[in-house]
Amino acid sequence: MSTAATHDAHHEEHAKGLLRWVFTTNHKDIGTLYLVFALTMFFVGGAMAMVIRAELFQPGLQFVDPQFFNSMTTMHALIMVFGAVMPAFVGLANWLIPMMIGAPDMALPRMNNWSFWILPFAALMLVGTLFMDGGAPAGGWTMYPPLVLQTGDAFPFLIFSVHLLGISSIMGAINIIVTIMNMRAPGMTMMKMPLFVWTWLITAYLLIAVMPVFAGAVTMLLTDRFFDTSFFNAAGGGDPVMFQHIFWFFGHPEVYIMILPAFGVISAIIPTFARKRLFGYSSMVYATASIAFLSFIVWAHHMFTVGLPLTGELFFMYATMLIAVPTGVKVFNWVSTMWKGSMTFETPMLFAIGFVMLFTIGGFSGLMMSITPIDFQYHDTYFIVAHFHYVLVSGSVFSIFAAVYYWLPKWTGNMYDEKLGKLHFWLSAIFVNVLFFPQHFLGLAGMPRRIPDYSTQFAGFNEISSLGGFAFGLTQLLFVYIVIKTVRGGSKATDQVWEGADGLEWTLPSPPPYHSFTTAPEVK
Amino acid sequence: MLESKAKRALTTVAGLALLGNAGGAAADYALNLRRGVTSISHEAYDLHMLILWICVAIGVVVFGAMFISIFSHRKSKGAQPAQFHESTTVEVIWTIVPFLILIGMAIPATKALVAMEDTSNSDLSIKVTGYQWKWGYEYLDSGVSFISSLATPKEQIFNEQDKGLNYLLEVDNPVVVPINKKVRLMITANDVIHAWWVPDLGMKKDAIPGFVNEMWFNIEKEGTYRGQCAELCGKDHGFMPIVVVAKNEADYQKWIADKKSEMGAASAGADREWAMAELMERGKKVYTSNCAACHQAGGAGIPGTFPALKGSAIATGPKDAHMKLVMHGKSGTAMAAFASQLNDIDLAAVITYERNAWGNDIGDLVQPSEIKAAR
Amino acid sequence: MSDTNGSYYVPHGSGWPIIGSIGLFTMMQGFANFLNGSGIGSTVMLVGFAILLFMVFGWFRTVINESETGTYNRQVDKSFRWGMGWFIFSEVMFFAAFFGALWYTRVLVMPWLGGGDPGTHELLYPNWEASWPTNGPGDVGGAFTLLDPWKIPALNTLLLLSSGVTITFAHWALKKGNRGSLIMWMIATVVLGATFLGFQAYEYGQAYSEHHNLTLGSGIYGSTFFMLTGFHGLHVTLGTIMLIVITLRCAKGHFTADRHFGFEAVAWYWHFVDVVWLGLFIFVYLL
Ligand code: HEA
Ligand code: HEA
Ligand code: HEC
Ligand code: CUA
Ligand SMILES: [Cu+2]
Repeated sequence: MSTAATHDAHHEEHAKGLLRWVFTTNHKDIGTLYLVFALTMFFVGGAMAMVIRAELFQPGLQFVDPQFFNSMTTMHALIMVFGAVMPAFVGLANWLIPMMIGAPDMALPRMNNWSFWILPFAALMLVGTLFMDGGAPAGGWTMYPPLVLQTGDAFPFLIFSVHLLGISSIMGAINIIVTIMNMRAPGMTMMKMPLFVWTWLITAYLLIAVMPVFAGAVTMLLTDRFFDTSFFNAAGGGDPVMFQHIFWFFGHPEVYIMILPAFGVISAIIPTFARKRLFGYSSMVYATASIAFLSFIVWAHHMFTVGLPLTGELFFMYATMLIAVPTGVKVFNWVSTMWKGSMTFETPMLFAIGFVMLFTIGGFSGLMMSITPIDFQYHDTYFIVAHFHYVLVSGSVFSIFAAVYYWLPKWTGNMYDEKLGKLHFWLSAIFVNVLFFPQHFLGLAGMPRRIPDYSTQFAGFNEISSLGGFAFGLTQLLFVYIVIKTVRGGSKATDQVWEGADGLEWTLPSPPPYHSFTTAPEVK
Repeated sequence: MLESKAKRALTTVAGLALLGNAGGAAADYALNLRRGVTSISHEAYDLHMLILWICVAIGVVVFGAMFISIFSHRKSKGAQPAQFHESTTVEVIWTIVPFLILIGMAIPATKALVAMEDTSNSDLSIKVTGYQWKWGYEYLDSGVSFISSLATPKEQIFNEQDKGLNYLLEVDNPVVVPINKKVRLMITANDVIHAWWVPDLGMKKDAIPGFVNEMWFNIEKEGTYRGQCAELCGKDHGFMPIVVVAKNEADYQKWIADKKSEMGAASAGADREWAMAELMERGKKVYTSNCAACHQAGGAGIPGTFPALKGSAIATGPKDAHMKLVMHGKSGTAMAAFASQLNDIDLAAVITYERNAWGNDIGDLVQPSEIKAAR
Repeated sequence: MSDTNGSYYVPHGSGWPIIGSIGLFTMMQGFANFLNGSGIGSTVMLVGFAILLFMVFGWFRTVINESETGTYNRQVDKSFRWGMGWFIFSEVMFFAAFFGALWYTRVLVMPWLGGGDPGTHELLYPNWEASWPTNGPGDVGGAFTLLDPWKIPALNTLLLLSSGVTITFAHWALKKGNRGSLIMWMIATVVLGATFLGFQAYEYGQAYSEHHNLTLGSGIYGSTFFMLTGFHGLHVTLGTIMLIVITLRCAKGHFTADRHFGFEAVAWYWHFVDVVWLGLFIFVYLL
């Protein structure tokens, strides 16, 4: 191993074959690993969603046993959240942050490798529970006791896989913070950083603050089950609801962990294709910080029906409503960036516009649920399911698609197939609505979530939703095809790739050299 | 009325999308929140409509601006990018205006919430207990108590029979309440968290083991109102409905009287000796409605989750241990304490049944008096 | 930051992380099987732990070698500092979860069960009065008595606080380049830490004795008491091991007066453990 890091021409001295990927400390390799892992998990979690939608296609029990259905719901959510969306954003961070701030690599490259290589093991541990006595965890991704304590042999595996995921996220987050704070090129002041870097910086703070709390919560579950503690048992002076408080202290920031980097992506893409600078850069930064701050004091909006004291309900209602203000600032800024721009509509831009629209719709339903007296009606119905899939699927996942289309030419040096990309967008945008819009109606009409069978009045919309689901799922195969095709070849991309693109990553060749910036660029 | 028109239009679209589909027994595709039959449900409904329309209005403005921009400010139309990229004035405006809108929402929401949470001065209190997977009701004033579980036959669930009108929303023993009375529910649970929810009554509350939550409603109209458990509570979470029947005062009183004599009849004979055949017959019934959800009709259980009783060490072992387990359950598992749910005869019957059904054939039997002594 | 940017050290590939992952995975797999009552569980767990230890030593050996051969520049040093700082913050949040549980149950749950929430109290626990400490209305784990905070815990507070002082003396000695004094103060710190652990173990023994009958299963009091002090004890153990390693490195002549990140990282960690203990002493023992 070389000792000095100023690398000359021979810096591609990494191991070859599979071992290259196992031992790599390179931010691009690790970014790729994260992205491939995330895509795989998206399909695993998606396949589970397809089981859910198939069972819900018609009333009556068709394909699966209710217990297994609950396992599917639980595993689908855990895998999508911790296996697909979060790793995808970490992958983007790995690829992009060093290139955006003019650094040679991430600050702590070996730890970077470890952050990634814990994930497959955690996933293995989680997915392995499907084959255990008593089945996979079936208590919902929220793991509320006492129900989750009834899990069979899968229980300790569930807990430990959460621990592993937590360790991985914390190390990843530390690395990102350190990189951003310590590795910026000269002249790259904080207020000159691209918004993607800003949003990730703030996201990383959130991660470090809440993942350990989550680890603590599940540790209490473990000891309640195996070591006689009484944290969540009223007979011993504990309280099952206490778990919900601790869980959502983590869980609510967690949902912003899944959306803030998306905000960063969108804030990069819209200016490029509007050929106009981002409107209100500094208010975007402050809005992100406010959202992050507020995310710590709204957790109990997931618990309006547990019997909180009235003052608590009021406080959490007001605090939650407030989040609409900074989020609104973001939406308005994006629209203002488009306003009087000179827009073109390549695939990344289409996904970005889709994001702004559909995320906002999801935000509106979120706002409706923040109103405590009506959340009593919405809570634990499909209205919630519709809400969070709008913000997560047509929000987070769309932003990831947008990011991949936007930066893939930079990463691979090849342009993707624009026609197919557009097709992927339109099919996704249409079917995601067919899939999730009717779920609003189902929820309002009174269909609870997490049920394998329902009364006949809900049949129609469930059928539409399932059909939309299958179509949306099949559409995603197209995405894989497009990505593989682009990696394999295609018309060469220029260094700048997009006419309106601005930022350090576009000053590098496409594909960029193994060590992004061996000499730091000067930022003016 | 705009709203109903929109509803019809959407229903038509939905109907078109369903083209070619024969099913759909109760083809009443509800699109909106139900207005319900209590003052709180009306308040919730009005608030819901208010917030919904505000969101729609904001949406129209925001998306409108976005679409104007998308259609006119495009490169293909020769648009040149403007240079502006910040304006403190507009940014302050679009921070303050949403804030004011939110205050406008918060005021009525606070009022509604305060009213909903006020459970004082109730006319009638009912203790509601969630069990895996049924509800127990106890009228605190009159002492009437019963268990209410799903009445939909298995054949309908497994698609061997046509589904009935109230598929999955029907129970053996509905809760009966008087109209125009403030009814307070004291909600708790025995095993895991459940949630008691009837949409038409406008309120949902979690049933938490070890704690009691309160909620109230005052039904204006006689009728039958249906709801479901609304918190994931395990395998049969989707199969623990709630049915509330609201009656006028006279009918309600009559129901209470009937229920009381029914309860007397059910525990009649608790002191006499029972014969094996009698116990087995009654035991089978009790087993089917209370135990089969987990241990399965044939006693084979579900490996890894619910133990088989057929040939089980406890069901074929000493009587005392068997009685103790069924009466007091096993904490930390789904096996509940049935002493609080079943009367002496039913307990004696179901234990006897378990010891002698499916080839367990121990041959001994448990008398109600033994249960009474063991309580 | 600009002057050193070009020579930021980027290691080329490393096998330690994957070994660490395999170790963690094996260990947890084994532990989970052990909890489920499987016979080989504990063996698998020990194997995993051994792999993990191998990784920790190997990884640190690599890093120490690199450090001693002057591979790291100022900027790398700064990365390590930021990294350690945020790691400690994550630990703070982990403890926060358990402190949160303690406050939540004491301040809110106790009154609810004991009468502040009339429905719950009258319907479910009419004869139970809430007072801290408690093992709840179910008398879970049976009656217990408390440990006197002014005996061992107070002594332990003194020990840990003094160890905070001794490690600062060691730091000063290092900065002055006085290696003999450095090593002496380090040994003092290690001894104080180890003594703390000894007392803590003794106290656990007392708690579990028939006289006190205070166990992990003693309702919510036992749960919070042992989980908080237990995780703290675990951190002191780790910290002591780290101190020993640093002492050995000092003896080998590592660190210079102006570059000694390894030393400082451990010192920070030690101070963190110290502060957590103060919180424990106040909220778990005294109040
Ligand atoms: C990416 C993930 C994400 C995001 C961004 C959000 C965003 C929001 N969420 Fe959501 N939420 C989830 C993921 C997310 N949520 C998940 C996964 C669950 C369910 C968990 C479970 O139970 O399994 C959930 C559940 C959930 C609940 C609990 C419901 C219940 O169980 O009863 C509530 C209640 O308040 C809520 C509220 C909100 C609010 C107010 C926002 C706000 O941030 C939205 C703000 C945005 C806007 C409002 C739109 C844009 C703004 C304007 C155009 C400005 C002007 C607008 C106004 C003045 C109205 N969410
Ligand atoms: C980021 C998170 C994320 C993502 C991306 C998704 C994506 C999807 N989700 Fe998920 N979901 C959650 C997070 C997410 N979900 C959470 C947190 C819950 C709550 C869980 C709980 O209650 O505990 C939930 C619950 C949930 C439910 C409610 C279950 C219940 O209450 O019982 C449903 C039901 O429709 C659903 C459906 C879907 C569908 C159809 C998709 C689709 O977007 C998936 C599309 C992807 C694919 C389909 C994979 C790709 C394609 C193939 C595998 C090829 C094969 C295709 C075919 C055979 C058609 N989800
Ligand atoms: C909600 C699910 C559920 C219901 C309903 C239920 N049980 Fe159980 N039962 C369990 C579980 C889980 C266990 C295993 C407990 C353990 O881990 O030891 C069990 C164990 C038992 C055992 C001991 C079996 C053995 O050999 O270990 C008996 C006997 C029993 N139940 C009888 C009954 C009777 C009688 C009823 C009805 C009146 C009933 N159960 C209803 C879940 C249930
Ligand atoms: Cu009971 Cu869900
Ligand atoms: Cu939330």
